[in-house]
Amino acid sequence: MGNEFYIYLAVMAVSTYLVRAIPFVAFSRKIRSRFVRSLLTYVPYAVLSAMTVPAIFFSTGSLLTASVGFVTALVLSLANRSLITVAFFSCLAVFIVGLF
Amino acid sequence: MNSFKKGIFDGLPIGLGYLAVSFSFGIMGTGYGLTVWQTVLISMTNVTSAGQFAGLNIMVGMGSYIEMIVSQLVINSRYSLMSVSLSQSVDKSFTTKIRLLFGQFVTDEIYAVASSRGEDIGRRYFFGLCILPYIGWTLGTLLGAISGDILPASVSTALNVALYGMFIAIFVPPMKKALSITVVVLVSICLSVFLYFQPFFEISSGVSVIICAVVASVVGAVFFPIKDEADKNGLDALNSADTLSEEREVRHGE
Repeated sequence: MGNEFYIYLAVMAVSTYLVRAIPFVAFSRKIRSRFVRSLLTYVPYAVLSAMTVPAIFFSTGSLLTASVGFVTALVLSLANRSLITVAFFSCLAVFIVGLF
Repeated sequence: MNSFKKGIFDGLPIGLGYLAVSFSFGIMGTGYGLTVWQTVLISMTNVTSAGQFAGLNIMVGMGSYIEMIVSQLVINSRYSLMSVSLSQSVDKSFTTKIRLLFGQFVTDEIYAVASSRGEDIGRRYFFGLCILPYIGWTLGTLLGAISGDILPASVSTALNVALYGMFIAIFVPPMKKALSITVVVLVSICLSVFLYFQPFFEISSGVSVIICAVVASVVGAVFFPIKDEADKNGLDALNSADTLSEEREVRHGE
């Protein structure tokens, strides 16, 4: 692929950038509405949980190993382990169970 | 630890996770006939996972530019929601120029870690936070593009769980402290599972995330409105704010 590649790339990169940057700049003042501020407080948790479940169960190609990874992450998170600890041990658990 | 170093430290798990995810993108790029340089350039200019995979397919299939724009807008629309949320949590050091610059680095994971801080996000912290993920994303793509499929399947499969594990580590601990967050998370998960398995219509994962996030957050905002303290934002305004932010400090400091 020759020059078309760079046109595709530009189109792709610019649309992705604008989706992120426009709202970031447009809402530079503090929003006053209590409802909207409440809503935005909950957005991170809602986003992350929706991205994780059910996707994590299909991330390894095996429901068993993925479930082991999920449970490992859940238990370590409940024990307040750090991000990297949780991420590392859930990978390790998937790896070990995947060997059998 | 100053806030810049703290940001770098918090970005480490994201960077490692990205290394793994972008590795598979690198393999795919050269596998589809792009050069190593072109593949890496996509990662450096887009910094998004699902959007890049979809975009690559459109490029290779010689789809229309309109198709490219629409697919990127739909798949990446969740970033708009995150940017709005983030715009309310950053401090005054985020001028318009800084926002235009850092807007590029609003990814699922950077957003997640930044917004779980429970205090105003400064630009030094945010800058530090972006560095390792960006390097990881670029380097992983490069390694994948150069080496192809060298990792044993058992290793690359295991690495797929890394970022999800990190997400769990972010949204689960606050559930123990605040009923409101537990409810929001459960609503979001139930809806997400429903949308995934329902047979009625096709829906991209990006759009699904938006629907879940909006519905669950509205439920949270209606039933558990935050305390009306103008100067506070995010979790600090929740009832159990103090215990939460203390604990978060401890966790980040580990």
